[in-house]
Amino acid sequence: MKSFAFAQADTPETAVAEGVAAGRFIAGGTNLIDLMKLQVETPAKLVDISRLDLSDIEESEDGGLLIGALVPNSDLAADPRVRERYPVLSRALLAGASGQLRNKATTGGNLLQRTRCYYFYDVDARCNKRVPGSGCDGREGFNRILAVLGTSEACIATHPSDMAVAMRALDAVVVTLGHDGDRRRIPLSDFYRLPGDTPHLETVLRPGELITHVALPAPPAGRSTYRKVRDRASYAFALVSVAATVAIEDGRISAAQLAFGGLGSQPWRDPAVEAALVGHAPGDAAFNAAADALLAEAKGFGHNDFKIPLARRTLIAVLRELTETEA
Amino acid sequence: MHFQINGQHHEADPDIRTTLLDLLREHLGLTGSKKGCDHGQCGACTVLVNGRRINSCLALAVMHQDDEITTIEGLGTPDELHPLQAAFVRHDGYQCGYCTPGQICSAKGMMDEVEKGWPSYVTAELDETGELTRDEVSERMSGNICRCAAYPNIVDAIQEVWEARA
Repeated sequence: MKSFAFAQADTPETAVAEGVAAGRFIAGGTNLIDLMKLQVETPAKLVDISRLDLSDIEESEDGGLLIGALVPNSDLAADPRVRERYPVLSRALLAGASGQLRNKATTGGNLLQRTRCYYFYDVDARCNKRVPGSGCDGREGFNRILAVLGTSEACIATHPSDMAVAMRALDAVVVTLGHDGDRRRIPLSDFYRLPGDTPHLETVLRPGELITHVALPAPPAGRSTYRKVRDRASYAFALVSVAATVAIEDGRISAAQLAFGGLGSQPWRDPAVEAALVGHAPGDAAFNAAADALLAEAKGFGHNDFKIPLARRTLIAVLRELTETEA
Repeated sequence: MHFQINGQHHEADPDIRTTLLDLLREHLGLTGSKKGCDHGQCGACTVLVNGRRINSCLALAVMHQDDEITTIEGLGTPDELHPLQAAFVRHDGYQCGYCTPGQICSAKGMMDEVEKGWPSYVTAELDETGELTRDEVSERMSGNICRCAAYPNIVDAIQEVWEARA
């Protein structure tokens, strides 16, 4: 690990002031410390935000929840309000990592975790995300875990989070504090950048900008689930995951919110998928149309070609389950 | 830097990069916590921080000066074993023993999570927890790898302690 300057922040404002000057925020540290050991990340300064007063989950006026950025993943998953009103979020959190990691990893940090692409982690490999302009060894390499949606010439990495997939389906909003006290509310749909030719720039956060909360709007109507397909039954990243809420009225799908993990360069959501469902009777015709919409632009790179049919089958299985429709 | 570990105050002056695990082992001589992968994948380094289980290899010591840290040395002694330690012996819940301190610290933290009513990935209904079935133990302990594959006996040991205290 490269050495670093260390500062402990007492308030969000001092954290931002420290962070603006080439600082990297650290809270749970479960991803960042690992990347620092490997020298994938070599921050000049760490700003410890773990003692800030951002660990509460509050009711918001619109019937939603305001989640402090430092709420640990395990506490968020176990919160009675989340379990009752946003079960898809509880399920997604519980599908991720291990008990130890969920106890330390935070809500804000989970959103900002980095890809687990092997070539990003291997400092001897070429990786445009780690070293801009160096090339990508993933395209022609062992790309089984990598993305099939939203990729670019420069990068085919996946975003690894389960939590963020559920939050994307729930229309979560990232609340930040920036330089000069500037507060922003950034819908998760605008938060992540597509890799393009700058895959090292993953979000729209500005230097020093601190995530203080994640806001969930009032829960959507209908039933929800989080289905995760992975190489072992526990403690593994998703090959494909689906966070879904679906409501039915008068025999037709009246609302649908779906997001996908393991497929995209970011937690993936496509309005065309939902448009293929809403207004239609639940059944394989509509479900296949939704899968067609999701996968129209999907592109495999060899080892990960299997994700495309797997995503179709997983999506259809989730939709059958939520709508109680037989094959 | 100052630390509160197993009820005792410690002073140390480690490099800023020092993980909590390396602090325990290399600076304070508390070698019960083990370094397996050093990347948060194996669980051998599991300790309790303010009663919650974490991977001490993915924690910077400097960030835990105000916390109450409990290691395997703080759970029991050779003369007075913690019930989990005694149950692991009784059920042969190990072979080489390297993962055992992490398994036991993790099991302690895990049982406290179940007592708080926290669900797991395999809990059928999110509002209904408390039963610590074999599937629940396996899921909740999946962050602790045993390369000797003593898993069946580890589950037996944990279930016995859980049922005795419930």
